Amino acid sequence: MSATLPATGSQSVIEFSALTALISALRRRGYEVIGPVVRDGAVTLEAVEKVEDLPVGWGDEQESGHYRLKRREDNAVFGYTVGPQGWKRFLHPPEVPLLEAQRDNSSFRILKKPPAPVRYAFLGVRACELAAIRILDRVFLGDRYVEPGYKGRREAAFLIAVNCTKAGGTCFCTSMGTGPRAASGFDLALTELPGREGHRFVVEVGSEAGAAVLGEIEHRKAREEEVREAQAAVDNAAGQMRRAVDTEGIRDVLFDNFEHPRWDRVAARCLSCANCTMVCPTCFCTTVEDVTDIAGDRAERWRKWDSCFTDGFSYIHGGSVRLSVKSRYRQWLTHKFAAWVDQFGTFGCVGCGRCITWCPGRIDITEELRAMRGVEASA
Amino acid sequence: MSAIAETAAPPMPPRMITARVVSVVKETHDTFTLTVEPESPECANFSPGQFSMLYVYGVGELPISISGDPHDTGRLVYTVRSVGKATNALVNTKPGQSIGIRGPFGTSWPVDEARGNDVLIVAGGIGLAPLRPAIYRILRNRDDYVRLIVLYGARSPKDLLYRKQLSEWGRLPDTQVLSTVDYGGVNWRGYVGVVTTLFRYVRLHPGRTTALICGPEIMMRYVIRELEKRGLPDSDIHLSMERNMKCAVGFCGHCQLGPYFVCKDGPIFSYTKMRPWLDKHEL
Ligand SMILES: Cc1cc2nc3c(=O)[nH]c(=O)nc-3n(C[C@H](O)[C@H](O)[C@H](O)COP(=O)(O)OP(=O)(O)OC[C@H]3O[C@@H](n4cnc5c(N)ncnc54)[C@H](O)[C@@H]3O)c2cc1C
Ligand code: SF4
Ligand code: SF4
Ligand code: FES
Repeated sequence: MSATLPATGSQSVIEFSALTALISALRRRGYEVIGPVVRDGAVTLEAVEKVEDLPVGWGDEQESGHYRLKRREDNAVFGYTVGPQGWKRFLHPPEVPLLEAQRDNSSFRILKKPPAPVRYAFLGVRACELAAIRILDRVFLGDRYVEPGYKGRREAAFLIAVNCTKAGGTCFCTSMGTGPRAASGFDLALTELPGREGHRFVVEVGSEAGAAVLGEIEHRKAREEEVREAQAAVDNAAGQMRRAVDTEGIRDVLFDNFEHPRWDRVAARCLSCANCTMVCPTCFCTTVEDVTDIAGDRAERWRKWDSCFTDGFSYIHGGSVRLSVKSRYRQWLTHKFAAWVDQFGTFGCVGCGRCITWCPGRIDITEELRAMRGVEASA
Repeated sequence: MSAIAETAAPPMPPRMITARVVSVVKETHDTFTLTVEPESPECANFSPGQFSMLYVYGVGELPISISGDPHDTGRLVYTVRSVGKATNALVNTKPGQSIGIRGPFGTSWPVDEARGNDVLIVAGGIGLAPLRPAIYRILRNRDDYVRLIVLYGARSPKDLLYRKQLSEWGRLPDTQVLSTVDYGGVNWRGYVGVVTTLFRYVRLHPGRTTALICGPEIMMRYVIRELEKRGLPDSDIHLSMERNMKCAVGFCGHCQLGPYFVCKDGPIFSYTKMRPWLDKHEL
């Protein structure tokens, strides 16, 4: 172990075997470490304790409406690209208790509940997902009101980024300016080098907390050629990207094409199943449900993920504002690439490709956006 | 017996507090006015046009505009039309009972900016409720304004809100109050027809008139058409929009309307802002 801590911005190298030590160091510090695991034929995110929990040797094949795990020829830990879940599941959970109240004669009391103190360490956050977290930060922390639950979870979180060295089949982060390199917003960033000279990771330190954790595990200074090799691997991923969105002026293109015939065509394929919004790492919409016990002595309110594709989403007395599938798809895409810009000064899309992969109608937003510009897909 | 509420750590700010129902007064066959006293009196400060999120224990939470006098301290007044589960539970609360409130939220009518002008108020149905605080404020500072014109439309005479107040206001100097109904019936001697038919009885001074409109969207669109015909610039027309609301703080996404969140960018918008969106079907 080195006596002095590695500096922020410095590049170190850890061996494959040090990953378990890294997870343990975080657990000793009280973090619940969440990382990728193989479950039900996909890479999902769960609590992990050791390197064997991770998808070692697994990769994936993704296309529109298609996802399949595939054995890799090497032992890469992060050789898959993004799975169906994003970190929003932990920072902005699918179900959160909002309020607990107890009946008190004709009145009621709002019960005081200590917020559950969870400290997450996320292992394997891709560049697009760091960008998605920045977007959620803008929504929940950067506006008029601050979401205290999100704030607590977010501020406590320790982020270990992983640079992509292989592009997923549906990715387009390069065109969104969000990846594949993790530029900032992490505590540590790993680039995996599964190569012949031994399976190792180049580690970039992104914060003092990151330096302290790295200082606790076996590491050494990265050699210049290792840094170059890591860089080349990430460049390789950028070069593999097959999809792109031309974001230039896209906000106006969408707002100006409210009546574009393409909306009818995409609506004919959309099942309004809400998959895209559930897998999207930036979709943040929620609804609230009320529950009471049988006697009615206790009432709870729960906040749950919702989707602009559901029937009741836009309901006001007299009926839903958006009845047709067309209007819902239009709301979704226009929110992502137009309204979001007005609301939060950024797009609501980071190019992770999940909505393309997980759409049963095989709808590809990059194609839809191209069509909105009047350029039909050639295929 | 008073309600006790404690500071929780709510994921939905600002925190909900309890408010004691002081009275529930019947306005029409389906509409009631609730007066409540929030446990923290400072929570009763609001600007005309703003709304609260009202929680009925175990039933749900819903957006309701504040319809009382902004000058009153320590109390909040709401006028609620019972149309479904939550509004029904709300109008069936009894004095002494508690409800939960969050807010006030949202933008307000530009009542101060309208000083020196005529103020034209056009309301349809329950839409008069969020406009009443603006009327109260104007009447309190009557010398700051020239004429006050209130045009009000309801479905039938039995649906007219605040009838007594309307006729009192109508007797004040430089104040014109006209009500109309869609269906009159035998005993009705007032105007019959949609609210826009009242425009033939008023003279507007474009450039010196601030128009405040609240009602069903279709009604607002027709009213705006009349105002445009009479030369009112977009920036002098203001309207209150309604959308589904679950949070009121910009987190739930339900209230989106074009680039806006109605809960925090509205509910009151100038027509300058609303013009590109108002006639878009299923926006
Ligand atoms: C800013 C604003 C101000 C309002 N001011 C008033 C007012 O002063 N007086 C008044 O009578 N009404 C007002 N409303 C309308 C009122 O909120 C709805 O009529 C009420 O939510 C209907 O609920 P319900 O369960 O009684 O009716 P239902 O039509 O049976 O609704 C069923 C369910 O749909 C949902 N729902 C319906 N409308 C809305 C909505 N607008 N937002 C969120 N969820 C909704 C709720 O979950 C509700 O329980 C206002 C609405 C908004 C957005
Ligand atoms: S819209 Fe699709 S590609 Fe963009 S961030 Fe969401 S899931 Fe990823
Ligand atoms: S676009 Fe695809 S994933 Fe999204 S709601 Fe429609 S069918 Fe489902
Ligand atoms: S009501 Fe939730 S975002 Fe406006």
